[in-house]
Amino acid sequence: MPKMLLGEKVGMTQVFDEAGNVHGVTVIQLGPCHVLQVKTPEKDGYHALQIGYKEKPKKQANAPETGHAKKAGVAAKRFVREVRLGDAPAEAVGQELTVALFEGVAAVDIVGTMKGRGFSGVMKRHGFSGLETTHGVQRKHRAPGSIGPSQFPGHVRKNIRMNGQYGNSPKTSRNIKVYSIDPESNLMLVEGPVPGANGGFVLVRETKKLPKGTKR
Amino acid sequence: MSMNRIMEKVEAKSLRADRFEFEIGDSVEVQVRILEGDKERIQPFAGLVIARSGSGTREMFTVRRIVEGEGVERSFPLNSPKIAGLVVTRKAKVRRAKLYFLRDRVGKRAFRLKERPMNAPPADAEKKKSRKGKRAKAELAAAAEASGKAPAKKEKKERKKPAAKKTTK
Repeated sequence: MPKMLLGEKVGMTQVFDEAGNVHGVTVIQLGPCHVLQVKTPEKDGYHALQIGYKEKPKKQANAPETGHAKKAGVAAKRFVREVRLGDAPAEAVGQELTVALFEGVAAVDIVGTMKGRGFSGVMKRHGFSGLETTHGVQRKHRAPGSIGPSQFPGHVRKNIRMNGQYGNSPKTSRNIKVYSIDPESNLMLVEGPVPGANGGFVLVRETKKLPKGTKR
Repeated sequence: MSMNRIMEKVEAKSLRADRFEFEIGDSVEVQVRILEGDKERIQPFAGLVIARSGSGTREMFTVRRIVEGEGVERSFPLNSPKIAGLVVTRKAKVRRAKLYFLRDRVGKRAFRLKERPMNAPPADAEKKKSRKGKRAKAELAAAAEASGKAPAKKEKKERKKPAAKKTTK
């Protein structure tokens, strides 16, 4: 199966390597995940594994969730995602997947839910420069400026970047270096930041990107 | 495992085992490992500890000295393996945690602090004893056990007294 697991962002810290260099790392509690369902072409039209992370308290889980997880012999899960596969998997329903899966993986893609920033202007949301502070500019210092031509076409073109809800949406950070993994306590340390707040759920998969500087 | 415990566990690997004992105001010599080509050599940096900041693996301390009439400050990560050692050469009596006021001083006054004997107990020894809570207690008990003493019984009695007063009211 493609190397993919679910987990939780713990937070950032600094660690020293053997040479004495300091690394800013993000700690991720990765797994253990359980296979909740194996999808087959006969029944579902495609091959896939459904995996779940972290037990849901009995109070919060509804009957369908509980029943679905019961087939795998586990409690209902909080965070459930699907792994699409090319052909039938070796994994069976109920199998536990741990961070040991990522042994030897150099870099990963991480999908998390961004911190919500509410209704934001174009400067924060899209990195626009805004208008000038002085030289006669009045009350429009953070405005986007022109949003299109005049009588032709007579309307604003599609996909013009404007203000609006920013954050609280999925974000993928690609090609993040793996610093180390600890199968004993189900931890993965990656270099640099990871999308989302501490305690947010993340999906980690082996990256398809090549290391920086190499050519395909 | 709670998230804080996970963090502690991750950071524990990066914390140095030979925890240096020094305080603000101490004159110290920091032994810094330096790589020259493939040879390693130790370069000392002597000065006065004027600040300590951060916690866990991020803890830093700042050493100030005067080189050819010019003040030089260097901040070191306390837990860096690049610091081979730290020797306290003099202790001083200071009343604040950050000695930034020394930056404005020129000449001899720049380092004139009231000296303390080298074997003096740490300035915050008393404070540490009065700490409450499970963890402080556990630390105290461990320390007492290590030194072969029974844990202090006095403290318990003192704590009971105020509770008794309340009931009489």
